[in-house]
Amino acid sequence: MKTLGIIFNSAYVRGLVGQAIFMFAGIGLVGGIRNALGLPPNVEPGVVLGAILGVIGFLLFAGVLTDWLKWIVGKKTPLRHGGPEGKPHWARYLNVDVNHKVIGIQYGYTSIFVLLVGGLFALIFRLELAQPGLQLLDNRTYNTLFSAHGIIMIASILLGVGAMINYLVPLMIGASDMAFPRLNAFSYWVGVPAVVLILAGMVVGGWDTGWVGYPPLTFRAPLGVVLFLMGFYLNGLSSIASSINLLVTVSFMRAPGMSLFRMPIFVWAAVATSLIQFTATQTVGVALTLNVMERVAGLTFFDPTAGGDPILYQHLFWFYSHPVVYVFVLPGLGIISELLPVFSRKPLFGYKWIALSSLGIAFVGFLVWAHHMFTSGMNDVLRIPFMMATMFVAIPTGVKFFSWIATMWEGKLSFETPMLFVLGAISVFLIGGVTGPILGTIPTDLHLHDSYWVVGHFHATMFGGFIFPFFAAIYYWFPKITGRMYKESLGKLHFWLMVPGFWVMSLGQMQVGLMGMRRRISDYDPALGVQNTQVLITIAALVIGWSVLIMVYNLVSSARSKEIAATNPWGSRSPEWQIPYPVPEFNYEVPFEVVGDPYDYGLVGSEYIHMQGAPAPTGD
Amino acid sequence: MGKAKHYIAVTVLVILATLFLRFFILGPIYRLPNAASAQAVPIDIMFSAHFWLISFLFALIMVIMLYSVFVFRRKQGDDEMGPYIHGNTGLEVAWTIIPTMIVIGFGVWGAVVLNELTAPNPQEMTIRVWGQQWAWLFEYPEQEGITTPELVLPVNQPVVLEMESRDVLHSFWIPEFRVKQDLLPGRKTYLRITPTEVGDYKVRCAEICGLQHSVMLADVRVVDQSEFVAWVDERTAAPAYADLTPVERGEIWYTEFGCNACHSLDDTVQVGPSWQGIYNRQVELEDGSTVTVDDAYIRESIINPNHQIVAGFLPNLMPQDFETRMADKEAEIQSTQGTDIDIIDDIIAFMQTLE
Repeated sequence: MKTLGIIFNSAYVRGLVGQAIFMFAGIGLVGGIRNALGLPPNVEPGVVLGAILGVIGFLLFAGVLTDWLKWIVGKKTPLRHGGPEGKPHWARYLNVDVNHKVIGIQYGYTSIFVLLVGGLFALIFRLELAQPGLQLLDNRTYNTLFSAHGIIMIASILLGVGAMINYLVPLMIGASDMAFPRLNAFSYWVGVPAVVLILAGMVVGGWDTGWVGYPPLTFRAPLGVVLFLMGFYLNGLSSIASSINLLVTVSFMRAPGMSLFRMPIFVWAAVATSLIQFTATQTVGVALTLNVMERVAGLTFFDPTAGGDPILYQHLFWFYSHPVVYVFVLPGLGIISELLPVFSRKPLFGYKWIALSSLGIAFVGFLVWAHHMFTSGMNDVLRIPFMMATMFVAIPTGVKFFSWIATMWEGKLSFETPMLFVLGAISVFLIGGVTGPILGTIPTDLHLHDSYWVVGHFHATMFGGFIFPFFAAIYYWFPKITGRMYKESLGKLHFWLMVPGFWVMSLGQMQVGLMGMRRRISDYDPALGVQNTQVLITIAALVIGWSVLIMVYNLVSSARSKEIAATNPWGSRSPEWQIPYPVPEFNYEVPFEVVGDPYDYGLVGSEYIHMQGAPAPTGD
Repeated sequence: MGKAKHYIAVTVLVILATLFLRFFILGPIYRLPNAASAQAVPIDIMFSAHFWLISFLFALIMVIMLYSVFVFRRKQGDDEMGPYIHGNTGLEVAWTIIPTMIVIGFGVWGAVVLNELTAPNPQEMTIRVWGQQWAWLFEYPEQEGITTPELVLPVNQPVVLEMESRDVLHSFWIPEFRVKQDLLPGRKTYLRITPTEVGDYKVRCAEICGLQHSVMLADVRVVDQSEFVAWVDERTAAPAYADLTPVERGEIWYTEFGCNACHSLDDTVQVGPSWQGIYNRQVELEDGSTVTVDDAYIRESIINPNHQIVAGFLPNLMPQDFETRMADKEAEIQSTQGTDIDIIDDIIAFMQTLE
């Protein structure tokens, strides 16, 4: 009974109630005004205002804005720390909290939940694609499901990136929290109504534009497209806020002695990611705003019949949406670089090169957006420089691969679940990597553009660059977060189902793409000869889906076990593993000083950090 | 000596794995459709080079990774550290410079081929391509403006497609021809193809264009020169509109204006109501009222599609420019053939025959 009470009074439930109330108020307000003015009934402007008000309602009712509102009226509010009074410890995770570890975990479970939702959508339309003809879905539902799958997964990945960065970076650099704890909470909580808006868009008619939302199709799509565009916008807002926070935290809150090239390599990845989020996201915000304004308010930016230019939208959109794939993968690649030395018992090969390659990818990533538009009809002279720039992405990416295998070479490798997922990530990201240049050179792209080859390539980069490393990170830091060890046997089962499943799915998608299968279609011509492969892809997708459920079961059941895990089960040199569970509210009760390099495994007598007050190293 | 063993083993394995991947793994995946255009030739050579590169790079990384997994695994009870090697500047420079050379090479090659694919040919024949939600229409300005829903091409004749959309973005793709180009509303885009193999193909719309995107297909026939001339003669002879009955003309308009994309002639319901037996039937509208599908209702529904939507169907899907497009066509027939016709009357006549 008490449990139910806490759940009903949680920020999630209060927020959703607030969102619903404000949303209907917005719809009612516009409806009333239109009625009073004698305008014909049109629900869309009301929905737009309702969506905006709904988000404010969510944040108000959840309590995200409370402190800031009090400041405005001149009341001082101290930062509240620690668990809730008079409630069990877990209630903390259901409410607005400013501690970076709590927020990191909130990001984490929300990411996994949203991942399951997006994955479920994919499995539904994958079943439809197993046979030619339409069996389960009609075109409208199919189009809504694939469109929602795209944007929902992007939301999930952004949340997952937030989880890793929020939980890990302050611990790794020896900070007590993020620089702006309230802003940190805001960044997380604004993402929740964003997902709600997208899901609501599926209910009110859905939409059929994919996640790209190209005009003029958006102007003709059902009502759901408006909610999708606004949910997308909010995800961007969350990204910008969290990136500012991270950049400031890393700039000013590192432990003494932690020079830039002594930071754990994941922190470099987090910085590169945040730089992209901070500088590119505004453009997509503009694109989405203009898109909604044109549809709802009749301003013209993109409609060619009224003097607009649909290609302009594509430029604005991809100026963010290409770099953002590096937002998705750079933290994951950072996890690979972070974990490989630990499980190889050997220094990270070429630390500085790896660190700078992250910045290199982030930089080159800004110069390649128009490769998404090679067939769009943009000015022909633009195609060749963008082709060249696109090919250059291979160089810093190659540096990472070569450094990883050089790290493993002659090491002493062990293969616990996190390491397996790291190796799986390398193999899968490699599939994504080597299938990229063929899309980069325009002549071959003219065949492959908008085909299933792209679907295969993209899923390989996302799984290799985010999903596999994210899962590796979850298993690896699980003992740090919960104090319990996950079940190794279930972890290995998860891996051995997911890796072959993914290879089959990805290679199958590439094959049908070469054969002429277009992306975003609900049905295909049996004459293409792709049917057997479609069955294989669907089976592989189901295997992947089940394997993820095994992980969820493993995490939940292991977290409830009684046995406390060892403090540093992996023998890591990283600071967060030097302190026992549970990590204190402000992380390090005694601050540490950085006295060496982070990955000097095998250097006798070396130390990365020195806890102040701890005895000097004895040499072993 | 101990290390040399590893390097020799890895080199041999990388070579073997490259060959294995290229022929046994990528072999079944690398299944391009038959090459049926002149443009496909340089593109397919490039595909082949890419697949060798893919095989080599994948083999290189995977062999070294898996070799480490099997050879450098930690023995039971060994808690020693590995060797303290934290980098090698020479290697880093090498694996930066060599890939740079390779990608520049591919980039330059791509630019040369692209230039070849887009260069105008003095012999080329122009065909206009119209895309609309969810139909294709082809117009032959050099053959007295024949318009047809199927694309007929003479073999070995360079063709430039001058393309435009009537509504949203579409993309023209015939997989056997390899090349692809989007269609934009209000702006022309161009695609150059030279079909080299007689046969039947399909245009497949490759850019998401709404509800029926999956079925936005058009038939393509590549025929030899004499057959093409015969086809043109037949088509140019045909539209002496005065000699046709209204029903016959209505059937032409049914495909020429793309009605077929949404309205079937059998009882299958697509995006819009089927035309089978629809004439003079009572239908229920969205607002609950009923109306008879008579001449006035049909005319209104073509000119003003959103006005009276039949229950169960959606507004905003049907193009709203039929009035002007049909008027243009009527004016053109009036000026070239001196025949006065009313396209909507023809369509109504055609609908009356569909029982």
